[in-house]
Amino acid sequence: MDALSLYDLMLTIRFFEEAIERLFLEGRIMGTAHTCIGQEAVAVGVAAALEPCDALTTTHRGHGHFLARGADPGRALAELFGRAVGYSRGLGGSQMMMDVSRGFYGANGITGGSIPFATGLALEAQYRKTGRVTACLFGDGASNQGVFHESLNLAALWKLPVLYIVENNGYAMSTATARGLADPCVAGRAAAYGIPGERVDGNDVLAVRDIVARHAARARAGKGPSLIECVTYRLSGHSRGDPRVYRSREEEAQAWSRDPIRLFEARLLAEGVLGEADVAARHEAAQQRIETAIAFCEAAELPDPEILGEPVFA
Amino acid sequence: MRTVTFTQILRETLAAEMRRDASVILIGEDIGVYGGSFGVTRGLLDEFGPERVRDTPISEQAITGVAIGAAAAGLRPVLEIMFMDFITLAVDQLVNMAAKLYPIYGVRCPLVVRTPPGAGRGYGATHSQSLERLFTGVPGIKIVAPSDATDAAGLLQTAIRDDNPVLFLEHKLLYPQRFEMEDGLPPPIPFGTSRFVREGTDVTLVAWSYMTQVARQAAAALAEEGIEAEVVDLRTLNPLDLGIAVESAQNTGRVILVEEGPQTGGFAAEIAARLAERAHGALTCPVRRLAAPDWPVPSAKNLEAVWMPSADAIAALARSMVDA
Repeated sequence: MDALSLYDLMLTIRFFEEAIERLFLEGRIMGTAHTCIGQEAVAVGVAAALEPCDALTTTHRGHGHFLARGADPGRALAELFGRAVGYSRGLGGSQMMMDVSRGFYGANGITGGSIPFATGLALEAQYRKTGRVTACLFGDGASNQGVFHESLNLAALWKLPVLYIVENNGYAMSTATARGLADPCVAGRAAAYGIPGERVDGNDVLAVRDIVARHAARARAGKGPSLIECVTYRLSGHSRGDPRVYRSREEEAQAWSRDPIRLFEARLLAEGVLGEADVAARHEAAQQRIETAIAFCEAAELPDPEILGEPVFA
Repeated sequence: MRTVTFTQILRETLAAEMRRDASVILIGEDIGVYGGSFGVTRGLLDEFGPERVRDTPISEQAITGVAIGAAAAGLRPVLEIMFMDFITLAVDQLVNMAAKLYPIYGVRCPLVVRTPPGAGRGYGATHSQSLERLFTGVPGIKIVAPSDATDAAGLLQTAIRDDNPVLFLEHKLLYPQRFEMEDGLPPPIPFGTSRFVREGTDVTLVAWSYMTQVARQAAAALAEEGIEAEVVDLRTLNPLDLGIAVESAQNTGRVILVEEGPQTGGFAAEIAARLAERAHGALTCPVRRLAAPDWPVPSAKNLEAVWMPSADAIAALARSMVDA
């Protein structure tokens, strides 16, 4: 993906998430959702480093990862609208979408729940020698689940082609990283399993892409898993209705000054890849993609209640 | 004809399925060199190698999730959880991932989880439980509970070839038992087919897993007194086939449900409700449950014997119902 494609994807994710927050306030969508405003560089950087054959698992905060992997914004948003055209027929909601044809293996809404699952995807790749690498995204909060440690240990023992990519966004819901991790450097936990652990600026999309590509090549070469910590900040609240009482507005203002989209934009402008007029046009085009997605959802059919009479088994 | 142990037939079935399909792999703690805590996988490492017979660290949640992920990607993992009590550590992955993959995401999960429930060996409260009740109320997980070698072989083949998560219960008292069988392996047995173990006219005993054998012993004792008990083995709890249990209840008018596990919240309660819905008019007395007390499984031999539903207790209950 070229730089402008990365930029466009980041904008699409940002406007998708902002639209969700707006749609909740307007009462047009129901349930819950966790937006990733401020973390777009991780989603796009990781996706840019992967091959089409690779697999990706995500978290409850997964819209950005899915869009970066090429999901159709309309069908993804349709899950939040509860429409039959959604990736899970409207049955999954915000946190439960997969598209195996894109190597996107979703999340299940349980913090850390995808970590062993991703490890199993990697086991299949190793067993069948498919050359596929699995990128397993999760948050700093999930790195405190026992299954994170169990999975890293197992993947290291078996040299599985899996990248554990932690998005350290500063907060596990309301709990600041320093209050939740005895040692707030998640990458340091790699040492316990004898695998590489590296930290990167998660607001720098190219830095994320490059480090993930480097470790993906290593994993593809049969050298086993890595732990990559992308240090970022969740500019949005935890989920809808989060009053954000656990942090100050000053802290947020400081974080906004490192908005990954603005940082990348400034860089592209400075390098002449992007002109001032392009910025407005690309924002407009991304915003239009989201408006189209919303219109698509509102016109879409509700799921047929007959579904609940179908067998739950394949 | 030949004589085989339950352990031996499970091992033969696993080996046959692995020879038939390279996507079948075994995952579990101490299943390789050691051959499994109960010896089921003994020798399979030699034939299939460490890529297909994978010893794992003691990490039930992770190895279950790994097996689910490998299944979602197209392998057919057979996971061993050493004692069913340890499945509590893996419940998240089974309930929140495996059971949701097909109904929510449309992704198939051809996974088998083999595990031994059951008391009777004095192993104590955390190595003796029958916890199928944790999963009977979770749509999306099949539950299989054979009571003899032929059923074990037929149902295990079906489990491995099934595209859904299957919990396969191997009661630990069955492992060393010897069974007369035809040579070779029996054909696969479809899920959702309960069977008559014994025909009778006076009372119906419904059971699954090892309790089927206990019920059959009770029926033999009752027969000496002139009471003919019909014994129904459910074989699978999900899918659940109550067709012949209902038919039997309509013929005898009396039903005892035998369950190894505390009575409160057991699966027998669900069966009782369904029999009440489907056979109420034919019943001459209330459906009765014969289960364990609402107590953890005790370790002391005499206490454990009291805790477990016994043939004597079943026979006494049946007698009281017939005499009433």
